[in-house]
Amino acid sequence: MTRLVIRGGRLVDPAQNIDGFYNIYIMGGRVASVKKAEADTSEVGPGVEAIDATGKVVMPGFIDAHAHLREPGYEYKEDIRTGSLAASAGGFTAVMCMANTKPVNDNESVTRYILRRAEEAGCRVYPIGALSVGQKGERLTEMAELKAAGCVAVSDDGVPVVDSAFMRRALEYSLIVNIPVISHAEEPSLVGGGVMNEGEVATRLGLRGIPNAAEDAMVARDITLSELTGGRLHVAHVSTKGAVELIRRAKERGVKVTAEVTPHHLALTDKAVSGYDTNAKMSPPLRSVEDVEALRIGVKDGTIDCIATDHAPHSIIEKDVEFDKASNGIIGLETAFSVVYGLVEAGILTLSQVVKAMSTNPAKVFKLEGGRLSVGSQADITIVDLGQRWKVEPRELKSKSKNTPWAGLELKAVVLKTIVAGNVKFSRP
Amino acid sequence: MRLKRKDLLGIEDLERDEIELILATAESFKEVSEREIKKVPTLRGRTIINLFYEASTRTRTSFEIAAKRMSADAVNISVSSSSVVKGETLRDTAKNLEAMRPDCIVIRHSSSGTPGMLSKYLACPVVNAGDGAHEHPSQALLDMLTVKEKKGTIEGLKVSIIGDITHSRVARSNIYGFTKMGAEVTVAGPPTMLPAGIEKLGCRATSSMDEAIRGADVVMMLRIQIERQSESFFPSVREYSRLYGLDETKLKAAKDDVVILHPGPINRGVEISTEVADGPYSVILDQVTNGVAVRMAIFYHLLGGAKEEHTEVAR
Amino acid sequence: MKKTVLDDKAIDRALARIAHEILERNKGTEKLVILGIPTRGYHLALRLQKKIEEIEGVSLPAGAVDATLYRDDLGIKKDQPSLKKMEIPISIDGMKIIMVDDVLFTGRTIRAAMNALMDFGRPIAIQLAVLVDRGHRELPIKADYVGKNIPTSVKEGVKVHLEEIDGVSEVVVEAPEAKQEQG
Repeated sequence: MTRLVIRGGRLVDPAQNIDGFYNIYIMGGRVASVKKAEADTSEVGPGVEAIDATGKVVMPGFIDAHAHLREPGYEYKEDIRTGSLAASAGGFTAVMCMANTKPVNDNESVTRYILRRAEEAGCRVYPIGALSVGQKGERLTEMAELKAAGCVAVSDDGVPVVDSAFMRRALEYSLIVNIPVISHAEEPSLVGGGVMNEGEVATRLGLRGIPNAAEDAMVARDITLSELTGGRLHVAHVSTKGAVELIRRAKERGVKVTAEVTPHHLALTDKAVSGYDTNAKMSPPLRSVEDVEALRIGVKDGTIDCIATDHAPHSIIEKDVEFDKASNGIIGLETAFSVVYGLVEAGILTLSQVVKAMSTNPAKVFKLEGGRLSVGSQADITIVDLGQRWKVEPRELKSKSKNTPWAGLELKAVVLKTIVAGNVKFSRP
Repeated sequence: MRLKRKDLLGIEDLERDEIELILATAESFKEVSEREIKKVPTLRGRTIINLFYEASTRTRTSFEIAAKRMSADAVNISVSSSSVVKGETLRDTAKNLEAMRPDCIVIRHSSSGTPGMLSKYLACPVVNAGDGAHEHPSQALLDMLTVKEKKGTIEGLKVSIIGDITHSRVARSNIYGFTKMGAEVTVAGPPTMLPAGIEKLGCRATSSMDEAIRGADVVMMLRIQIERQSESFFPSVREYSRLYGLDETKLKAAKDDVVILHPGPINRGVEISTEVADGPYSVILDQVTNGVAVRMAIFYHLLGGAKEEHTEVAR
Repeated sequence: MKKTVLDDKAIDRALARIAHEILERNKGTEKLVILGIPTRGYHLALRLQKKIEEIEGVSLPAGAVDATLYRDDLGIKKDQPSLKKMEIPISIDGMKIIMVDDVLFTGRTIRAAMNALMDFGRPIAIQLAVLVDRGHRELPIKADYVGKNIPTSVKEGVKVHLEEIDGVSEVVVEAPEAKQEQG
């Protein structure tokens, strides 16, 4: 059985309130012991692989609650293999993949297909099943079947659930399987053909704007229905200060709501669209400075539980076109930690808060193993060098698609190794 | 003096002295259109492609005549569908056009930003003939030339633009242009048609037609698209016309020597009454004449001169 | 380093002589139109118009023909030259044009100006009057009336200043900039 020790690194594990220098001993794919480095005088035994993590940071592996792996059906953009390689290159040991594939993952055979394809993957893959058949928002999927097949949540992400009565039933029904209903919350008529945030930038660019109200109205509706039914609501990719405040107050009232935000919504505003960069076009759109500030505070005070990438690969056929015709979304798995670390460097978030949002909480919300490195935990570990820089070269990205606004830019913090169940799945060359 | 850029994509990034250069050159070119032989050899042998994704006979004809009066060869390409429908990336579209070795491409498109996006892949100059709701620089330049001719100067004038500001590229280009030249610009329309943050572009915004017209030196009426009624931007043409249409009664509040502009084609009786459109204050036909001269001036400055190496062209 | 080759009085005498020569050659003022090439050629044309009026009592039609749009070097220079005045006061069909310029050098400006004129009509003759002929023709162009022949080297510069524009009337020849020797 594999025996591994990671020595001398700074372990940041908020689940155990740890931020210090520890040696981690791994056996059989699990954490065997965690010893304070200065007190650990044991020698590395024969047959034990040693990883020297001096000067590096060691964290429980990142878990992405929101990624589009595009398989089955859109393999030209990404598939489970390349998506998972991108994930592990970004420090992710687990990825939850959304159901808007072709065919939609609304039945167990698609779920099983995904899991089978994931056997060769670079990380753990947890499928999210569709909320409605074909994601049409009319008929419930067989949630019990989906859960039994391996789905950890249900969502029609890609499209909002327009019919409120349907959403009520879906939240009610989800109580049987007790898994979160992930909501892509936007009111389509208020979105109204909009392609970016409504405001000065949209007016200058002559592009249709999407008001904050499109998201706030739907988040309010979803929270109301969660409160009514007791169903577990998880709000995907929050982008407005209004939504953050609604979620905060709902949590205070005891509503079973959790939320996630993307790295790009924490880092960029709608100004990034200037010049009509289609790599700044996504749904929900990049918003204003006030919204970004509210999102950051939301992560800090725990209103927003998770940072999830919403990794959305698109090929040049979808992106090198007129702005209002371009598909929504950007890739994010490989840049996520570096982008978020930029906020740590700027003093806006602490490293513990980041690990909590990228590992501890996703595991907690979706009841997954992982998110901590205590004795007996699965050995899913991410090792990074915070001091090193790297240039985002599209050609070198593991993802098949290269739609990222950070293309050609230099970022700080490099993922050195990603370990899943004690096996090194990614090692920086 | 020369323009500081390869393309003319909008007024927002133009500097005041560039605008003044184009207007001065356009004034000289007006004379060519008054001759019997309406041609100068200046751009002889150059190829100018008019690439129009959106139908427009007037603007396209104006660019075509301008090109021909400069002795250039004008080629019109009408495209009925966008890149996406054809499954062609913007880069492919641009490279295919470039393979025909044009000296200039004039682009009109219904999607904002497209001429700028294509220009990144093209070595030759690109002229924006109107993109979505973004900009229509040659229109604003001819509007400024017309006002300058009638008023002597643009500095200090009160200019009011009235109509569907939200969907108007003419409004945006004129806001930038007239404010850069020292005028005080007010935009007016129903609240549903005033876009978010429009004041940040440097103008005042109001829903009161009276406030906009009172004391105005220049009134620019924008064409209303009747289809907007079905999207609930206004309840009916009748009410729109009553509140925001320009007629002789409302016009009394403006200055005695006011000039009325309209980018055309006019909806008689909707945004502008027949009496005003054909009346003594209207300079609508002068705008059309000036349009050719302005476009000749644009070609003169963009195409003339030694070919520069544009190293930023995307590969 | 510049040398004044004509002062204001010398310019005036030369123009007076040219005016007489024009009247002599054309046997009077019939069918004559004076068109100067802007900027200074135009002002010289106006001066000639005045001189002829002083002599014959007839005010000839005078105007400007701008050659800029007909130049053969538009694709070579970096900056587009600014357009000047085009003022053709009457129809030139069947008229004799006296074209006026300040300095005749390569002859290319005159070629361009003639092409511009031809687009306005069909004159029966074009005669050329210049204040200075400095040689170095690159095209077969000849002046009919010359104020002064000034042989120059190609590198030198010949500048005509007129009081109407420059505040002083003179013709100067400027030596080329001497290169600074490194010690």
